[in-house]
Formats: sequence, C-alpha cells, structure tokens
Amino acid sequence: MDISVKEIEHIADLSRITLTVDEKNTFAKQLTNILGYIEKLNELDTDEVQPMAYATFLKNVFREDKLKSSFSRQEILELSPSSANGFFKVPKVIE
Amino acid sequence: MLSHELSANQIKEKIIKREITAQEVIEELFEWINLKEPLIKAYLCLDRDGAFLKAKEVDKKLDNGDKVGLLAGVPVALKDNICTVDIKTTCASKILEDFIPPYDAFVVKRIKEEDAIIIGKTNLDEFAMGSSNENSAFHVTRNPWNTDCIPGGSGGGSAAAVTADTVFMALGSDTGGSVRQPSAFCGNVGCKPTYGRVSRYGLVAFASSLDQIGSVTKDVYDAALLLQVVSGHDGFDSTSATVGVPDYISDINNVDGNLKIGVPKEFFGEGLNSEVGSAVMNALEIYKKNGAELIDLSLPHCGYAVATYYIIATAEASSNLARYDGVRYGHRSQLSEDNIIDMYSRVRAEGFGSEVKRRILLGNYVLSSGFYEDYYLKASKVRNLIRNDFEDAFKKVDCIISPTCPTPAFRIGEKITDPLQMYLSDIYTIPANLVGIPGISVPCGFTNTGLPIGMQILGKHFDERKILKVAKLFENGTDFHLKKPELN
Amino acid sequence: MKYEVVMGLETHAELDTESKLFCGCSTKFGSEPNTQTCPVCLGLPGVLPVMNKKAFEHSLKAALSLSCEISEFTNFDRKSYYYPDLPKNYQTSQNYFNIGNNGYVDIVVKGKEKRIDIHNVHLEEEAGKLVHPETSGANYSLVDFNRAGVPLLEIVTQPDMRSVEEVESYMQTLRNILLYIGVSDCKMQEGSLRFEASISLREEGSNVLGNRVEIKNLNSMKAVLKVIAYEISRQSSLLDKGEDVLMETRLWDDVDSVSRRMRSKEEAHDYRYFPEPDLVPVWIDQEWIDETRTTIPELPVSKRQRFVNEYTISDYDAGILTDDKLLADYFEECVGLSQDSPKELSNWIINDVLRELNERKTNVQDFIVSPKMLVDLVKIKPAIGSSIAKDVFVEMINTGKTAPSIVKEKSLTQMGDVSELNDIVAKVIDENPKAAEDYGKGKKSALTFLIGQTMKVTKGKANPKILTEIFKEKLSAGSK
Ligand SMILES: [Mg+2]
Ligand SMILES: [Zn+2]
Repeated sequence: MDISVKEIEHIADLSRITLTVDEKNTFAKQLTNILGYIEKLNELDTDEVQPMAYATFLKNVFREDKLKSSFSRQEILELSPSSANGFFKVPKVIE
Repeated sequence: MLSHELSANQIKEKIIKREITAQEVIEELFEWINLKEPLIKAYLCLDRDGAFLKAKEVDKKLDNGDKVGLLAGVPVALKDNICTVDIKTTCASKILEDFIPPYDAFVVKRIKEEDAIIIGKTNLDEFAMGSSNENSAFHVTRNPWNTDCIPGGSGGGSAAAVTADTVFMALGSDTGGSVRQPSAFCGNVGCKPTYGRVSRYGLVAFASSLDQIGSVTKDVYDAALLLQVVSGHDGFDSTSATVGVPDYISDINNVDGNLKIGVPKEFFGEGLNSEVGSAVMNALEIYKKNGAELIDLSLPHCGYAVATYYIIATAEASSNLARYDGVRYGHRSQLSEDNIIDMYSRVRAEGFGSEVKRRILLGNYVLSSGFYEDYYLKASKVRNLIRNDFEDAFKKVDCIISPTCPTPAFRIGEKITDPLQMYLSDIYTIPANLVGIPGISVPCGFTNTGLPIGMQILGKHFDERKILKVAKLFENGTDFHLKKPELN
Repeated sequence: MKYEVVMGLETHAELDTESKLFCGCSTKFGSEPNTQTCPVCLGLPGVLPVMNKKAFEHSLKAALSLSCEISEFTNFDRKSYYYPDLPKNYQTSQNYFNIGNNGYVDIVVKGKEKRIDIHNVHLEEEAGKLVHPETSGANYSLVDFNRAGVPLLEIVTQPDMRSVEEVESYMQTLRNILLYIGVSDCKMQEGSLRFEASISLREEGSNVLGNRVEIKNLNSMKAVLKVIAYEISRQSSLLDKGEDVLMETRLWDDVDSVSRRMRSKEEAHDYRYFPEPDLVPVWIDQEWIDETRTTIPELPVSKRQRFVNEYTISDYDAGILTDDKLLADYFEECVGLSQDSPKELSNWIINDVLRELNERKTNVQDFIVSPKMLVDLVKIKPAIGSSIAKDVFVEMINTGKTAPSIVKEKSLTQMGDVSELNDIVAKVIDENPKAAEDYGKGKKSALTFLIGQTMKVTKGKANPKILTEIFKEKLSAGSK
C-alpha cells in the first residue's frame, strides 16, 4: 500500500513531530517500502492464532501499598527546561 | 602483555593479588584511551574522576583486607542508554543531550556493589535504533578492525571499545541484536540473556517487550562473570524473572551429556555471505569433532521475523518515546512558544534524528485507528507462531547455532539511505528477541579482508548456563577471540 | 416538540491507597506542588511501573459490588494522547480486557426502582494538575504532578438514564457504594470523584439515538445536574429550530454555568491503544473473587431494607440512616446497646445528631457523643423529660460528659412525687385565679400558662405529663 504525503502529515500530527517538505516526501517513500515488505505477513493465516503481547509468562506481579519517600522537588525541577514557583512551566494550555 | 590487553577476569585477579593496583589500571587505561579513542570514537562521555575515585576505594578495601566484589577494580563501560546518577545519559540523542538521571539503573547498582569501575558511556544509534551506529546524533564510531567500516549497532560503541581494549567489558542493550550484532562485527563475545533475566529498570526503553540488557566481553568467561553480577530478580521491573540464578562460572568448562545442536536451514539460505557461512560451518565441524550431534532444523516462520519485529518494535517505541516533549526534562526549542502543540512538535522535530522519526511514524501508523488489527495484532500472532517454532525445536535440541549476521561489518554510508536493507541485517538476531530466549555471539573466524565473523548460539528460556558452556567449548579449542586489531 | 433525553455517565473515583499506582509516592491531597513525585510518576527515561496491589484489590472489590462479571484474564493498555499533565503522554489504563464488565446499579426514583447497567469498570492512572495563572497576560500554564499516578477507578454506564432525577440518584447510589466498601473517600472538593456525561436527545417514541454530546470536567454532582439541564435546553432549542446537534466534546464552565466546545484538537480520539508491555497480565481466579466477596460489607440497598424489617422504622428513616455507612453503623451500635428503643434512637439520630453534625461540620466518626452516651441519655429521659433531655444532649456535646453525670451534677431529676406536686399545683391555682377561671371557660392556653408558672416554681424539675394530669383533675373538680 502506498503511503501518501497526506497520510504522513496525519501521522506526524499524531506523533507530534513537525516535518519538512523533504522529510515528508522521503518518509512517504520509505514507509511505503517498509510497509510493502511487511505485507508478507498476510501470507500467513493467523485466524486461529492467539496474539503474543508479552515476552514473559509472568502474571499477577504486584507491589505492596507502601509509601516511599519522593524525590526532592529541587532535584526534579532542575531537570526541567522551564519551571516556576515549584511548578513545571509550559506554554498556555487552552482547552 | 599490557594491562589493558588482559581480560576482565585476568585484570581482576591481578588487582586482587595486588600485582597491580586498581588506580594503576585506570591510569594505564586512560593513557591508552587518550591514544586510541580519537581513532575509534567509541565513547560519548568519559568519567576519569569518578573512575579514580572508585579505584581508590577498591584499593583501600584491598589494603584493609576487606571483602571485595566479583568485579573488583574492573573498568566497565556502559551503553549510553543505561541511566547513571551524576553521569549524562543521552541515548545519543539531542533530545537528551544534557540529561543527567537522578537515579542509577538496576545493573549500574549491581556492578557498583561488586566494585566495578565505571569509566564512561559508549556511543549507540540514537535510542538504540539502528544497526550501524550511524544514527548517533553526535558521531559515528569506527570499527577497530577497519575504520572505514561500521562497528555495528546499536551498541557499536561498547563493542568497539572492548575490541580496542579501551575498556575490559561493557553492558549494552539488545532489542533486535544490538549486543550480538556489533559483537560479531567487532570480534567480541556478546550475550543477550533471556527476557526478564536482567532487570530493565534504568534502561531507557526502546521496545519494552523486546529490550534486554546484555554484555559485551573479550571472552566467554567474562560474559559469565558479568552475567552473574547483573542477573536476578528486581522488584522495580514487573517483567523481571523470579527464576533463580544458577552459577554460570564455576562449571563453565563442562558441557554435560550429549550435546545436540540444531542447525536451522532458514539461517543458512539466501542472502548469507559465503565467507560468513563457511566460517560457521567450520565451527559446526569443530563441535562435531567434540562429540556434538548436529540436527537439521526448520524454523518455518523465522522468515517473517523482521516484518513482525518492525511492527512491534516501532509500535512500542512510538509510545515509549512520546514522553520526550520538553516539559519535565530534555531538549526544549529555543523558538517562541505560544502553543503547547507547536512546542511539542518543534521539540521533537529538533530533538530526534531521522531514524527515530521514521520509527515513531511507522509505530504510530500501525497503531492508528483502523490499522491495529491488520498490523499490531497480526504481528503479535505471528510472533506467537515464531515462538512455537522455537519451542518445537528445543524439544529436539539443546541449542541452535547460526551466523550472528548475514554479512560482516559493512562500510560507513553503505546502507544508511536504505532503511529496509539496514533492517534486514538483523534477520538472524531478531527472532531471539521476539521469542525472549537467550543468545550469545562468539567470534568464529575472519574474512579475507580481516573482518571478524560471529556465530550465534541460541538457547532455551533461562538456559544461559548451557549456551555459555557451548560457547566456551568452542572458545577453548580456537583462538579467534584472542586476535587483536592493529590500531593505527 | 417533546424529546426524550438519553444519558450515560463515566465516573472517575480516586482509590484510597497510601501510595500511587505504580510507585511509592504519597497520594496525600493538598501538598506543595511537585513534592510527591519521583522518576516513575514523572515518566523519566528508563523507569518502569509496578502495580500497587491494594489499588487492584480495591478495583476488584468495586467491580464485584457493582455486580460486574469479573474477567478471568485482565491486562493493561496504553492510551496515547499528548497533554502536559500526562507525564508519559500515554495513560496506563484498560481497554481490551477490563477488570469488570456488564454490571448494574439499582436506583430508586420517586419510589420506583430502576436498574442502570454498567458497561465496564477499569483501573487506570490519574493525571497531574494544570494551573492557569490568574495574572492577566500570563502566557503560560503550570503543571503539578502530585496527583499523577494516583490510582483511578473508571466506572462507565450504559446510556440508561432518562431524567435528571435518575442521574442524581445514580450518582448518589454509586457514591454510597464506593464509600460503603471503603475504596474511595469520594471527596468531590478534592477531586476524588468526578464525572463525564454523555447526553443526547431524541424525539419521544423514536428508537433512533440523536447525536451524542460528551461533557468533561464535571467536578461535582451539582455540576452534572446543571449541565444536564443546560444541555437539554441547548439541544432541544437547536432541534426545535431544525438544526443539528453536533457530535462533540464540550467542557463545563462552572463559573459561567455554560458548556463550551473544547478547543484543543484531540485528533478525533485516536488513542492508539495497545497492551502495556511493562506490566504483566493479571489472572483472577474464583478463589480470589470469593475471598474479595467476603470483604464486601452489606450494601446500602439491602441495609435499608433490613432496617425497615428488623427495627420497624419507616423506609424514609431507614433511607436517611443508611445513606451514610458511618451513620448506619452508629445507629446499629446504639440499637445493640438498647434493643427496646430502635424507633426512638432513630429519631434522636435523624433529628438531633444529624443537626449537630451539620452545624458542627463534622462526621459521626468524630462526634463526641458516642453510641453508648446516646443510649444512656435515652434511658434516663423518662426521669427528666424530653425538654430537659434536649438540653442535656447539648450539654453532652459541649462538655463531653455523660447524661447521668450531667443530670446528677445539676440535680435535674424531675419531681415525680404526686403529693408534693399536688400542694404546689394548689398553690399556683390559688395565686392565678383568673387563669383557672379561663381554663374553666374552655381556654386551653390557660393551662399552658399555669404549667409554665409551676415550672418556674419547681425550676423545671416537674414532670410536665404528671403536672398536666394533676391540673386537669384539680381544675375540672373545681368547676364542678
Ligand atoms: Mg479513563
Ligand atoms: Zn512517584
């Protein structure tokens, strides 16, 4: 299946990545190519096959509801490119 | 022999016997690094001060007659996607260029407890996405055997460093072959344990159901040693195995019983470089001479592994990498920010390289509305078929041997413009990640042009002990692992 | 045109745990911003989640209490969307295999029972909090991640509700159940209980559903009720004009009491769900279900019924008592101490205890008058009379002393000795001939006056009932 530039733009939106015109064209070609290769999976009849979502057979893994000390706010906020008054700062969010 | 040419275990023995101090080892090592690193560029960051501090601590322990750990004084490098407190962890990405984690990965804690000395962080393809190291945002690491060639990926930095003797052992991550493939290309022993054997806590996620921390070492013994240290249950990783960790080291030279080796025809077919193929066939002959039984196998669904992998790995990656948005850490665009969506999109456009973007796009595509069943669900089902192939095979054999890669190391620039061709270079390593089984790559020969060739040994879930023994059996009768490149 | 309104509700309830869903950070409300965070709940590179067992157990308990079918196999999915309060830009939630499905809640509206079907119950993680500075011209928002990762239960109904009353009753019933089973404190002022409503209108008698409008940001039951009224009128006036109701998500503005179209583009909700690979599945076997069932207390509906049957109190009173589990427990503790007066104890609680609790803005758990104290008061009441009993009750609250000790201290025991009272009554009649005469002429208020005079003399210690009888006897005898 061919991936159009328009589809690339839609996925780029979903992915929150701004693409240049060149990138859009290149990615459209490359993704078409890769998805074309992936098509070979359709050779297999998998109607009766269970999906395998996990690489482990573990189940029911829990931790007890125990408090642990949090990290210092200063240490955490120092990681951030922008903070103010103990908060992380972002461009104004309008709902 | 110069101290940096020794194996990790050898240097440890010397340190413990006080034939050399840990500080002297570090001193000599950094001299060598200063000499050779400009050629290879294996590191993204070196921590000379930290290394000396730890070396001093180890020496002091030994002077006082205190107990020391399993890796006492051994210099270790870490792939730069493993979190280290106080040392930058960049994933070779601009988006994490200045990121200093506030916590240590599980494996980092473990090696510190065993008195290893962390000397630096090694280069990789950005976020471990790639097979050549060319996707690093900072520079391309060179293959020490031929500096025009790639060292492999994504853990090319670790492999090149171990080969160049600029470190004694290294930890990497293997999502589709990122420990085994560069080890094969650089002539090292690369071991990817069973999924869940080593905690992923602190390993920056690429594809969560495939990622596994592994080792790059100079020989099999060192692989066993490092694996012994980092294996075991971790309460901070829900997928961490609760299976007990056996002793990998003490009995490593004894392969018990009649060894049955599976030889899958799908790994010796079209696309396999003839020099690589014959090196592995020769290796199989050596096993036969040692009394092993070779059993022809078919793993009929392995031909679908790459396609399956690129759906699952990119789907998981697209969501794992969604967190890099410039809010809590990492790169933030210098351009004006009037709107949050634009900020995200700009941060990510500036911060990610094209391979990462490509995979995020592909991952979001296969998960997006209307495609989930055709791609993600389909791939999950084929993944199960591949697992069944291996389960059937392991009813008949103890391990499976194949080439690690279809070709030796390729030239820088050779495949970078054709992502699909690049992806196909992982064709033999990917199945182990999909199934979750352990695999080890050991040097088994050289090409006419002097590039190393790797042989892959795959084992059953949690049967690392067996594949280490099988690898050691081969190593004991050969000297490929002892060859050193000329570094000029 | 007459329309039928079709409504469904999604409820988010923060679960009552010490630590967050995937890390050990505290869930305490109201701390300084970003002081309850760690690499895990901030979504730093390399971190992994490990599920809080208590949160999962709470969810299972809730699913069972809402009569859900419990999935034998359940797992978690990633729900992807970008929002600055969501650290990983995906929410770990459930989509394909929820803990509970196909449950129901029985509600009572205007005396009639109705069953509201529950589509599913699932567990997910809470987001952080966005703060929009008030300062004019501020071109930024602030994020606090203290709430990020708090365990959240989502309860989704079928579009079964047809009136504001049904929605109100559903919310109250649901809240009550969650409080009863102790999985959430349901404090709406702290955001522990929130709602999202879907509302559509259709012509009465039609089977076709109209376009559905979803409304987010409903932080109180009051807001839900207001938005429903608002949407019904907004949508019906559109339909009346022959216009279409847009299928959209709107936001309730509690300040202006209007719903507004959401401006942030959400890419038509392409959440790209897939199984969360960092968690492993949970298998729930019958043993676990049975064990959990034993921890579920009697739920409000059956408790109410039992109170009516067992204590012969009215359904209305039983409703009030069982509306709050703590109050119901208080009542039952009282009854346990004094089996012979459930009706009177119920009256005391509904009238006096509840009034004091409201006035003092406290709950029955922290109420100074213990069940034992209330029972003692009721026991001593015949000796002091109702009006003094009320005073003693207030005194108990103010001082924390028991009724017997207050009564003793203040010598409040009523004068019950008839011969003593006879003399006093005779004296009062002598001193108030006019009143006595008026009573004889049929003026009933005269008696009240005379009793009042007697009370003055006895300093309120006379038993009014006995007093009335003596007066009646004496005055009627006198008039003969
Ligand atoms: Mg939800
Ligand atoms: Zn936390």
